[in-house]
Amino acid sequence: MSLTNEKTINMYTKMITARLMEEMIGQLFSENMLHGTTHLGIGQEASAIAACMTLQKGDKITLTHRNHLGCIGIGMELKYIMAEMFGKETGVCSGLGGSMHMIDIEKGNLGANGIVGGGLGIATGAALKMKYKKENNVVLCFLGDGATNEGLFHEAMNLASIWKLPVVFYVENNGYAVSMPTERSMNIKDIEKRAEGYGMRSIILDGNNAIDVYNMTFSAVQYVREGNGPMLIESKTYRMSGHSRNDTEQRYRDAQEVEQWSAKCPIKRLEEYMLKNNIASTEMLTEINEQVTKELKEAILFSQNSIEPVAEEMQRYVYAK
Amino acid sequence: MKEITYKEALREALSEEMTQDENVILMGEDIGLYGGNFQVTQDLVLRFGEERVMDTPLSEAVIAGCAVGAAILGLRPVVEVMFSDFVTLMMDNLVNQAAKMSFMSGGKVNVPMVVRLPVGCGTGAAAQHSQSLEAWMCHVPGLKVVFPSNPYEAKGLMKAAIRDNNPVIFCEHKLLYNAVGNVPEDDYIIQIGQANVMKKGAHLSIITYGYAVQKCLQTALKLKTKGIDAEIIDLRTLLPLDEKTIIDSVKKTGRVLIVHDAVKTGGVGGEIAALIAEKAFPYLKAPIVRIAGKDVPIPFNKKLEQASVPQVEDIKKAAERLMRK
Repeated sequence: MSLTNEKTINMYTKMITARLMEEMIGQLFSENMLHGTTHLGIGQEASAIAACMTLQKGDKITLTHRNHLGCIGIGMELKYIMAEMFGKETGVCSGLGGSMHMIDIEKGNLGANGIVGGGLGIATGAALKMKYKKENNVVLCFLGDGATNEGLFHEAMNLASIWKLPVVFYVENNGYAVSMPTERSMNIKDIEKRAEGYGMRSIILDGNNAIDVYNMTFSAVQYVREGNGPMLIESKTYRMSGHSRNDTEQRYRDAQEVEQWSAKCPIKRLEEYMLKNNIASTEMLTEINEQVTKELKEAILFSQNSIEPVAEEMQRYVYAK
Repeated sequence: MKEITYKEALREALSEEMTQDENVILMGEDIGLYGGNFQVTQDLVLRFGEERVMDTPLSEAVIAGCAVGAAILGLRPVVEVMFSDFVTLMMDNLVNQAAKMSFMSGGKVNVPMVVRLPVGCGTGAAAQHSQSLEAWMCHVPGLKVVFPSNPYEAKGLMKAAIRDNNPVIFCEHKLLYNAVGNVPEDDYIIQIGQANVMKKGAHLSIITYGYAVQKCLQTALKLKTKGIDAEIIDLRTLLPLDEKTIIDSVKKTGRVLIVHDAVKTGGVGGEIAALIAEKAFPYLKAPIVRIAGKDVPIPFNKKLEQASVPQVEDIKKAAERLMRK
C-alpha cells in the first residue's frame, strides 16, 4: 500500500509525539522526577516509526532497550507508556517493567528487551507461530548494530532462514553500541552483508528519511509476508541523544559528527517533504505539535495521579495461573 | 496399569498431549527421524509430521528463545537439547526472557513452555555431558523445575508441565530412561509443586529427588534389615518446593538425611536444610545431614565417576550414623 497523505500525516504525528515525549522524558530525568534509567532514540524517529507504519493487523514487533519510538509507532497509548515511565500501576507493565520492558501484545508489541539482541529468539518464535497457524502475518524484529555481534543473532538468522519464517530483521545501525563505533566492532562497512551468509535477502535504507523507510520496508514486509522467508534491513541512522541518561560526556564522538547528523533530522526532513508536496501546511503542522503537546501534558498528569503498585501484590505476577 | 519404561512414559505424555492440543509442538536437536538423543521422541515425527516435530540446528540459545516467542503467542512448545549441560547455552533465554516475561508485563503475558534436559552422570560421558545443574534454575523466580524419579512420575509430570502456563524446566536422568514401572492406562497428571511420600517411615526422613530416589529406596530396604524404618520423600518439583510435605515429615521423624547427585555446594539440599532449620528446628533430634555429589567436575574414569556421586552404601552409612546421634 502506497503512502497516502493521510498516512503520512499520521506518521508525522507519531514521529513528533515520540520526539516531544522523549524530550520530556529527558527533562523529567534531569529534574529527578523519574527513577532508573532510559535510552532515548532522538534522531531515530523515522527509522522506527515509519517501519512500524508498514505493518498490518496481527503483525508483531519486538523492540530493543531503545524502544519508546517503536511503542508509539505500533500504536501504544502515550498515557500508558508515560505511566510506566513513572512506575505506576496504570503503566503498560503495571509499573514492574519500566523504560526497557514496554510490552503490549494486543497492540502488536511482543516486548522491548533489556538484553541486547534479546528479542531475536522471541521474534523468531513468534514468526514460527504465524507460519504454523498459517496466519498471513509478519514479525518486525528491531535490533541495533551492537546486537549483530551477539551469538544469538547468528542462531536466529540461520533458523529463520532455514525454516523460511515470516520475520524481518530490522537493524538500526546508529553507529555506536554505547561508545563502541561500528568501525571498531566489525570488519565490514555494511551490516547488510551479514545476511548473505544465511542465504537471506537484504537491503540498506536511509533511516533518517521517513518516506524511504516506509516504502522500502513496506516492500520487504510484503516479500516476507508472501512466504519467501526472512529479510534483513539495515537502516542507517544516528542517535542524537546519549546512550542512556548517564551518557552525558560522550567522549567517544566529536561535536562535528553530531552536527552533521543534526542537519539530517528526520522530522525536519519529513516536514519539508510534506510542505513541498502540499501534504500539510505550516499551520497544520503547528496544530499537530500543539495537540501532541497537550496530550503529553495530559499523559504526565494521568501518570502523576495514578497509584503505585503495592509490594504485597508483586508476588502474584511471578507465575501465571 | 501397564509396565513401561521412563522414556516410553515421556513419549506417551508428549504424544497424548499433542493429540489433544494442536498447540503443543516439539523442537530440538535430532528429535525427528533420529528419535532424540535418548530415543524419547522416537517415531513422533512419523505420527505428527515435521511441522510439529521439528529438528533444529545445533543452536541451543535460539531453540530456547524461539520457544519463548511461540509460547507468548499461544503455542505450547516442548524443546529438547541433547544434554542438560548445554543449558548453559540457553541461559539468557531461560533466565532473562522466559522466566521474567509474565512478571515484567504485570501478568499480561504467559510463557507456557517445557525445556527437556537429560541430566546426570553414570554414562562415562565425562565432565561436559554429565552434570546435574538443576539448582541453577531453582534460583530463578518465574521458572518451575521438576525432576521425575520413575515412569509414573515422568508421564504425570510431563503432562502437567505441558499444561502449565509457565516455563517448566524438565530434568530427566539418563540412567532412568530404561527404568520400568507401572503407569495408569487413563489420563492423569501429577500436580507440579507437590512432593510425594514414596515410603512411609518413622525413624528418619530421607529427602531426595530424581535418580537418587531409586538409590534411596534401595537403601531403605537395607536399612529395614537393621531395624531402621526410613521415610522417603520424593520432591518431584524443586521449584516451587512443597514445604508442607517436608516439614510434616521432619516433625514426625526428627531426623533428616538429604540426598542428591548434584554437587553439594549451592545445591538444592542446602535450601531444604535451611528451610527445615527455619521452620522445624525444635523438632530435630540430630543435626541435618546432606549426602550429595562431591564438589568436582564429573570424572571420566568409571570408578571415580561412581565415587563422585552418592551410592547406596554411602547413603546407608550416613543413615546409620544419623540414627546413632
